[in-house]
Amino acid sequence: MKAFTVLDGLVAPLDRANVDTDMIIPKQFLKSIKRSGFGPNLFDELRYLDEGYPGQDTDSRPVNPEFVLNNPRYKGASVLLARENFGCGSSREHAPWALEDFGFRCIIAPSFADIFFNNCFKNGVLPIVLDQALVQELFDQVEREQGFRLTIDLNTQTIKRARGAAIEFEVEGFRKHCLLHGLDDIGQTLQDADAIREYEAACRMRSPWLFDSIAGVQQ
Amino acid sequence: MTAETLYDKLWREHLVTQREDGTALIYVDRHLIHEVTSPQAFEGLRMAGRLPWRLDANLATPDHNVPTTSAERATGVEGILDPVSKLQVATLDDNCRDFDIVEFEINDARQGIVHVIGPELGATLPGMTVVCGDSHTSTHGALGALAHGIGTSEVEHVLATQCLVQKKMKNMLVKVNGRLGEGVTAKDVVLAIIGNIGTAGGTGYAIEFAGSVIAELSMEGRMTVCNMAIEAGARAGMVGVDEKTIDYVRGRPYAPTGEMWETAVQAWSHLHTDAGARFDRVVELEGGEIKPQVTWGTSPEMVLPIDACLPDPRDVEDDAQREGIERALSYMGLKAGQRLTEIQLDRVFIGSCTNSRIEDMRAAAAVVKGRRVSATVKQALVVPGSQAVKRQAEEEGLDKIFVEAGMEWREPGCSMCLAMNADKLGRGEHCASTSNRNFEGRQGIGGRTHLVSPAMAAAAAVAGHFVDVRELKTQGAQI
Repeated sequence: MKAFTVLDGLVAPLDRANVDTDMIIPKQFLKSIKRSGFGPNLFDELRYLDEGYPGQDTDSRPVNPEFVLNNPRYKGASVLLARENFGCGSSREHAPWALEDFGFRCIIAPSFADIFFNNCFKNGVLPIVLDQALVQELFDQVEREQGFRLTIDLNTQTIKRARGAAIEFEVEGFRKHCLLHGLDDIGQTLQDADAIREYEAACRMRSPWLFDSIAGVQQ
Repeated sequence: MTAETLYDKLWREHLVTQREDGTALIYVDRHLIHEVTSPQAFEGLRMAGRLPWRLDANLATPDHNVPTTSAERATGVEGILDPVSKLQVATLDDNCRDFDIVEFEINDARQGIVHVIGPELGATLPGMTVVCGDSHTSTHGALGALAHGIGTSEVEHVLATQCLVQKKMKNMLVKVNGRLGEGVTAKDVVLAIIGNIGTAGGTGYAIEFAGSVIAELSMEGRMTVCNMAIEAGARAGMVGVDEKTIDYVRGRPYAPTGEMWETAVQAWSHLHTDAGARFDRVVELEGGEIKPQVTWGTSPEMVLPIDACLPDPRDVEDDAQREGIERALSYMGLKAGQRLTEIQLDRVFIGSCTNSRIEDMRAAAAVVKGRRVSATVKQALVVPGSQAVKRQAEEEGLDKIFVEAGMEWREPGCSMCLAMNADKLGRGEHCASTSNRNFEGRQGIGGRTHLVSPAMAAAAAVAGHFVDVRELKTQGAQI
């Protein structure tokens, strides 16, 4: 996983509540058995005027000029400013994969859906929850100021902007640690392998049916 | 000992270690695997040179993009026409073979939607922690289990460590009191709940469903309710264990037997919330007031009782809310103030992990028996949730009722719920669907989904538009 320390990035606004993961990456692209290459199909149904399918040459597709990410003003954006309940619906990790592959490393919203929020941290993407009023202020600022950027410092948990006060944000300690150092948490969990084995041994005594093999059972 | 909620108990019993920062390692008893969210996890294991921690905790089956016509299913994986889908299903087979994980392959007698076969086989049991790379894993909470969806990185984490790094959620109680009226089902109950608390109302919570209405529901009905907890924002939904739970589990292929069964039943008897336990939020609904529900918009919270009219954005003061309603009406091609019963349907889909169990098949068959699908409906699909449901329905002659009514009786899979296979809506088509999400494009690009119960979907198929199923006289079994 890519580490996240300080991000200085252009901000793109997506002014829509309840953006679901079907919208972020439609189902036909979930057939891929890879983890990369989803960026060209991020927000596929909003971004293009034709129907997208896997393996297509996206460069020759007709784009929807109305969609915010097609506005040249936001080209190269790495911070996505969003509304309530961002990432609701399906648990597909393809959603943060697509956002990251497109170039977004940070998403700011008043609230996120639980599974999506969690999936972001596993992929070097920092989701930041800010008060509704602050998010609105940022939306206003993006609209007003061409080339509006934010500098997000994970270590100090602050967001800086050229005009306006610095903003502090919350992040859970363990997630911050993993993101700052680009750590894969499987390795860390395996440091507790003894505790897992102990738990298993006790559980096997208490609830042996949980350890029945399903392999040999026929219907 | 302090009074605990069901969720508190399940959490405590699966706690491996509590870390100082508030996160914890939680042990996973059952991990269900399907073809869409697992290939990258297996690849991750390979790249790191890791093996699954405990093989027998895992169970795999392909469901999301399997074809549902008998012609395309006849030759198994080889027969899948879409090469991308075929590769994904074949990859699951290869991965399960390589890592020695039990898999019920595409045409195995035990194949089906993961959330249908888990409880059906007794592979998911009361008191378990159940996870799967699919948000509708909340379904298994109906058995008194802690069950929720995870992402692919977590699929890999569970495979490698048998644990998840979690932070404890808050407790919410949704109590549905009184009794349901005739023709009102579990699906209507959960849609009414989502309409009440909203799609983000349960974010950060584990929801326990309780009250006399939930107690009265069948296990299948409870699964329908827990299935859609995620549509209210809650990763996990659950119902306490009672006699019904035990009766349901008894005799299932993977359920414990003999002396072990007695011990297990004894252990499961405490799987309910203690008197006096504290919930962070309590929501109460009156069951008698719930009518058959229909979603009109592009979020499950955009739901109304069948006799209602669509909202008028001009009546809404909040800007964001008004824009949301306007956008949804425009996408759905509907007008403010229009009656739900005026919505004409192009297709009907009865299936999905929400409503494809035997009880759902029976409810739909009872409505269409002796009737015909309206000539204005292009297609009415009935897709059983598993091979076992299919066999049972055929034994009861339900397949014939559907076919005689002009419906298509298909092979098990997720099908048109998310349209990863060939079953999908065309642009602008309205569908009465027993699935769980009415998001834009969910059932096909430009498709317009209306979520309803199986009985309501069947009634709509016959009428060609939404009707109050309570006004249709049923023949044969009760709705």
